[in-house]
Amino acid sequence: MPATSETVSTARSEPTASPTATTAAPAASRARPIAWRLASVVDVVPETPRARTLRLDVPGWPGHRAGQHVDVRLTAEDGYQAQRSYSIGSAPEELAVALTVERLDDGEVSPYLTDELRPGDRLELRGPIGGHFVWDVALGGPLLLVAGGSGIVPLMAMLRHRAIVLAGANDGARHRVPARLLYSARRWDEVIYRDELARLHEGDPTLDVALTLTREPPPEWAGFRRRIDRMMLAEVAWPPAERPHAFVCGPTPLVESVAAALVDLGHDPAAVKTERFGPTGGAT
Amino acid sequence: MDSVVRAPAGPTAVGERFAEALRLDGNAAGGIMSEVFVADLTAARATCAGCGTTREVGALLVYAHSMGTVVRCPGCDGVVLRIARTPSRIWLDLTGARHVAIPAAAPPA
Repeated sequence: MPATSETVSTARSEPTASPTATTAAPAASRARPIAWRLASVVDVVPETPRARTLRLDVPGWPGHRAGQHVDVRLTAEDGYQAQRSYSIGSAPEELAVALTVERLDDGEVSPYLTDELRPGDRLELRGPIGGHFVWDVALGGPLLLVAGGSGIVPLMAMLRHRAIVLAGANDGARHRVPARLLYSARRWDEVIYRDELARLHEGDPTLDVALTLTREPPPEWAGFRRRIDRMMLAEVAWPPAERPHAFVCGPTPLVESVAAALVDLGHDPAAVKTERFGPTGGAT
Repeated sequence: MDSVVRAPAGPTAVGERFAEALRLDGNAAGGIMSEVFVADLTAARATCAGCGTTREVGALLVYAHSMGTVVRCPGCDGVVLRIARTPSRIWLDLTGARHVAIPAAAPPA
């Protein structure tokens, strides 16, 4: 479904592919309603066979916090509109706003975003949205992240933000916000951001990354091979006495089962924040 | 693995289980709420008029239908908030929320 949009002249900005460390303060609450804006596609980057990262230039973007999302609206020539929410994968410190979209074969919106969009195309979006499922280094740690499938996207924004803020920091600062990620994917080639996660992990002893591959792990795979369950969480998560900030994101059934298991293990329900993506784990 | 919510039984069970799989949370209602409220409401603390429990709106359960969005209390399943859009209005039913505490905007930098 093509997006029909008037060409809008916007202020020029120079998006860059590399994250830039800034000393920007966290985005304050906005003073006016969130407006629909016309973003330009700067680049479409393959992540996995089904997932693409859309790097966007959004005129007037006010900045965002890790964990927030945008609403994307597509309008067909006959006026029919479809709207979906997508989590922001880029850190607040990065210049381009990046959405990572996983294509659902029978989806109404995702196949257009992953297969049809080209650099230079425009996309209607509004955001950033969300003040509940957000984290910044200033909130402290430990940080426990649990992702299923495309649920990794908002959690990656948190990890990228953490890496940028801690880049020049000493060990003491890193140890104050240790982080653990448990990420469930079906297959090795469906792990989004796989190489970057490995790099972040290798470069930072205060970041643990555990993967579980639920369908076809490679023969030599020595990691977890099943859906996330209470026993796996007990092994991977911090003990409740550490009072971690927990964020769980992905398909609704996974999110609810993980959240319940964390509470059952003794974590404070108010410290376990969830973002459900619905039955298929991603926007259609 | 235990279910999070007791599985419903009876003639409506299939429909209810389908609805459960489709359920989202208050984060998903952030967009439509932003059309009405200047402040972000997902971080607001809402007290359920049914059971009196206070939670951030982002932690409430959201069921989105073509007729509108229903936001329910995860504790008692009571409706806390309903939002529906017609061509001429956005319609809000806040009777399920005893009160809502919205964080004040941060002072300008």
